Amino acid sequence: MRLAVPLGLSIVLASPAVAFEAKLQVEIPQLNVAEYHRPYLAAWIEGADRSVVTTLALWYDLNNPKNEGDKWLKDLRQWWRRVGREITVPIDGVTGATRPPGTHAVGIDVTQLPLAELPEGEYQLVVEAAREVGGRELLKIPFAWPIASPLSLKTQGESELGNVVLELKP
Amino acid sequence: MKVFRLGLILFLLLPGAAHAHRAWLLPSATVLSGTESWITVDAAISNELFYFEHHPLQLEDLTITGPDGEKITPQNPATGKYRSTFDIEMKQPGTYKLAVAGSSLFASYEQGGERKRWRGKSEDLDSEIPADAQNLKVTQSQRRLETYATLGAPSEATLKTAGEGLELAPVTHPNDLFEGEEARFKLLLDGEPASNVEVSIVRGGNRYRDSLDEIKLTTEDDGSFAVTWPEPGMYWLQASATDDKTTIDKASERRLGYVATLEVLPE
Repeated sequence: MRLAVPLGLSIVLASPAVAFEAKLQVEIPQLNVAEYHRPYLAAWIEGADRSVVTTLALWYDLNNPKNEGDKWLKDLRQWWRRVGREITVPIDGVTGATRPPGTHAVGIDVTQLPLAELPEGEYQLVVEAAREVGGRELLKIPFAWPIASPLSLKTQGESELGNVVLELKP
Repeated sequence: MKVFRLGLILFLLLPGAAHAHRAWLLPSATVLSGTESWITVDAAISNELFYFEHHPLQLEDLTITGPDGEKITPQNPATGKYRSTFDIEMKQPGTYKLAVAGSSLFASYEQGGERKRWRGKSEDLDSEIPADAQNLKVTQSQRRLETYATLGAPSEATLKTAGEGLELAPVTHPNDLFEGEEARFKLLLDGEPASNVEVSIVRGGNRYRDSLDEIKLTTEDDGSFAVTWPEPGMYWLQASATDDKTTIDKASERRLGYVATLEVLPE
């Protein structure tokens, strides 16, 4: 038992990122509009140089009967420029159908690369939503990595997004 | 035939920035997603940007190049009172280049003491200018207008220039232009850097503002210039030059013009 402590410490030091937990909640607001379509939404983490570390979620009309769901991906303008145009959708574990108004949890698998070995530095969570015949909104939550204590970071959208909460635990 | 080609000739005769008329191609979109897509394009000559109010641009000299370098046939071409229009089916990802490029001649001469003017194609010059023409002056006009559209990731192959006349060689990809960011281009004349040439850039929608808000730049020694886009929108870029390097023996002067339509997206 006494041996286990230094052993445990050495593992933590060797790959400190493995031990953390991350939770993301995104609220899609209820809107009183004549024609409502669920928004397309992308959430990703980018570095200080704005290069994208990883896309966490991409919600779009992936089961469009005419197979035209990807036609509007470019409306997620920032995501399209930084990630979308270079990749093929769907992405396993990332893409999903559009969601109705309400608060939704976005799964963040911290055991997978690149998050499992996220280098020390400044980052930001970016959430972008674009709605057919509606508007677009982009929210950012900056954070420094690694963290020493639990963090609950929040931001509030004004039009296409509601509350966005990022919880990080070391 | 001459009447039919009037649209192009009007465009070819545009003497430069001082002239009110502007020729342009206006794509319905320049950044597209999906595995296949369509765009529709308007082509016109107008005063205000980008409104149909003066003359259609004829499509005879239109070339569409796909990402693989193959030529693409425009679909549903039509020419109306104020504009021409055509569709492009985009079947492969990458950057498509749309160009209307041509060369024409205009001549002035005296016949029996009377001053006369002629305009047309080089192959008709000898047969249509009378043998007794005096003080004949032939000017060659070489003009090109272009725009780009990209399905999926931008590609570089179609950005290659033809090496003829006045052209724009993008350094920044022309379908990756954003508000507040600097974009760099090179102006070329017959494939060589065109230095000290004035470039004029005007954002569309000037019907709804009092000021033209023209951006005027001068190309550097290597032909390059940079613009930081003040606002998102569809921009009209124009440059012109004059020299004596005609490709037609009888022409003593060459007037060159280049126009690009560039879309700048919001951040």
